[in-house]
Amino acid sequence: MVENRPWLTFFSHAVLIAGVLAVAFPLYVTFVASTLTLEQILQVPMPLIPGDQLLQNYSQVLGAGSTTGSRAAVSSMLVNSTVMALVIPLGKVTISIISAFALVYFRFPLRGLIFWMIFVTLMLPVEVRIIPTFKVIADLGMLNTYAGLTVPLIASATATFLFRQFFMTVPDELAEAARVDGAGPMRFFWDVLLPLSKTTMAALFVIQFIYGWNQYLWPLLITTDESMYTVVIGIKRMIVGSDAANEWNLIMATAILAMLPPALVVVLMQKWFVKGLVETEK
Amino acid sequence: MEKRVLFRSAWLPYALVAPQIAITIVFFFWPATQAVWYSFQLQDAFGLKSQFVGLQNFSALFRDSNYLESFKVTALFSVLVAFSGLAISLLLAAMADRVLRGALAYKTLLIWPYAVAPAIAGVLWAFLFAPSIGIVTYLLKGFGIEWNWIIKGDQAMALVVIASVWKQISYNFLFFLAGLQSIPKSLIEAAAIDGASPSRRFWTIVFPLLSPTTFFLLVINIIYAFFDTFGVIDATTQGGPAQATQILVYKVYHDGVKAADLGGSSAQSVILMFIVITLTVLQFRFIERKVQY
Repeated sequence: MVENRPWLTFFSHAVLIAGVLAVAFPLYVTFVASTLTLEQILQVPMPLIPGDQLLQNYSQVLGAGSTTGSRAAVSSMLVNSTVMALVIPLGKVTISIISAFALVYFRFPLRGLIFWMIFVTLMLPVEVRIIPTFKVIADLGMLNTYAGLTVPLIASATATFLFRQFFMTVPDELAEAARVDGAGPMRFFWDVLLPLSKTTMAALFVIQFIYGWNQYLWPLLITTDESMYTVVIGIKRMIVGSDAANEWNLIMATAILAMLPPALVVVLMQKWFVKGLVETEK
Repeated sequence: MEKRVLFRSAWLPYALVAPQIAITIVFFFWPATQAVWYSFQLQDAFGLKSQFVGLQNFSALFRDSNYLESFKVTALFSVLVAFSGLAISLLLAAMADRVLRGALAYKTLLIWPYAVAPAIAGVLWAFLFAPSIGIVTYLLKGFGIEWNWIIKGDQAMALVVIASVWKQISYNFLFFLAGLQSIPKSLIEAAAIDGASPSRRFWTIVFPLLSPTTFFLLVINIIYAFFDTFGVIDATTQGGPAQATQILVYKVYHDGVKAADLGGSSAQSVILMFIVITLTVLQFRFIERKVQY
């Protein structure tokens, strides 16, 4: 604070509170809607005080799903989302850290080409190669499988570059000392580099957990079987008509369930989250 | 920058990069090559035969008024998303940078929408703005505004912009806040001693010093509006009404998956690839300069 200006401070708080409320408003309405009966939501305006249907709605969606749209139970969708949200970061961290290790600590023919190949993937998001990628997955028999949901998403240029960047800052003396002591490259990797990379790995994991959980286009393309839906897809499938034709109480309960895990990760692991966010963009 | 200490092995580095390269070839290069290949092909109605037609798919696209319209929609959409998102986040970040009390609480309460999937953000706002039952629709009616995004194109556009901006504010806010906090306090103090008012200090010192962050976020937000908002659109307007919200990515999906027009969709994919490459190059050139500022 440079100087004391009580009015400006008051104004700052007012703007921030307005911002917080505006950001939270949809969440609040969603939560309220998830505790009402459908009839209560359909009366205009809907009540803005939570009702007593919380347990009813949530146990309905978790156990049986909606009755008009997709009938898959949300609990199995949550399992699918969890698989995606855990396998993608684990796979990404694993393959990125070893390829970054190879690129930084070895000189070998084709190294430049490999570096370039990884870099170019930045420019090929799923969105621009929808149909051919779908065909590849179909040809490999990976439609409606966990492998199909996760494996194509674990190659990542950003993660590889993040580790590469980090390895560059590791002092050369450590590798020298390891070599003098007779440690081979993998020994050095396990005993020196991995422990040093813990915070980078944690930050990347948090960001990629959210990335995996929130995938939309990819599962939309390759899951046709209700039992393979992720929760984000499930919500979309519950919306069958416009407006009043939907079971909004159940859709909103599912939305809360879909937002809760990644939101908790962001709030509880804020430090890792911010670090991961800032560093993956460098 | 290169490492001084290197390990030697004839096979180990290849084994280490193999998993990533394998996935990259199978799921990135192969499909991208196919997209380019299909974009020069014309399939018959049953998908049995295809023939090489050169640039015919591309020239057909640029004669297609729907496609040109989609370009305009995308441009409008990304400008609206980027500018309103950046303006709101900068205002919030500037305020959060000022306050001493409750700064962490504000930050926590502003960053959680990052965790919400774009498709869910779309569903939430579509519910608030639902033509017959939405609570915001009801409030707007009180002001005499008839809100029905299902039939009115500009309102559908407003809905997807609001949902997309809402989801992106947290990201912009974090980067702006970090940018603001890295500006040396001594500069601002010096200006304050010279009698510059807070708004003057902001526009003549803080804002110019923040420009690297702003440019970086501008590129990121345009990329976001081009590609990541697919979920918002698919969960709400599905490109409608009358293609008023059909952005380029949605059209690739619609033409390829729903209308099964392989050649046309692939040609669109190839054009999109060029756009991504341009944006990525912009982003990287810019980031190199970011540190020097």
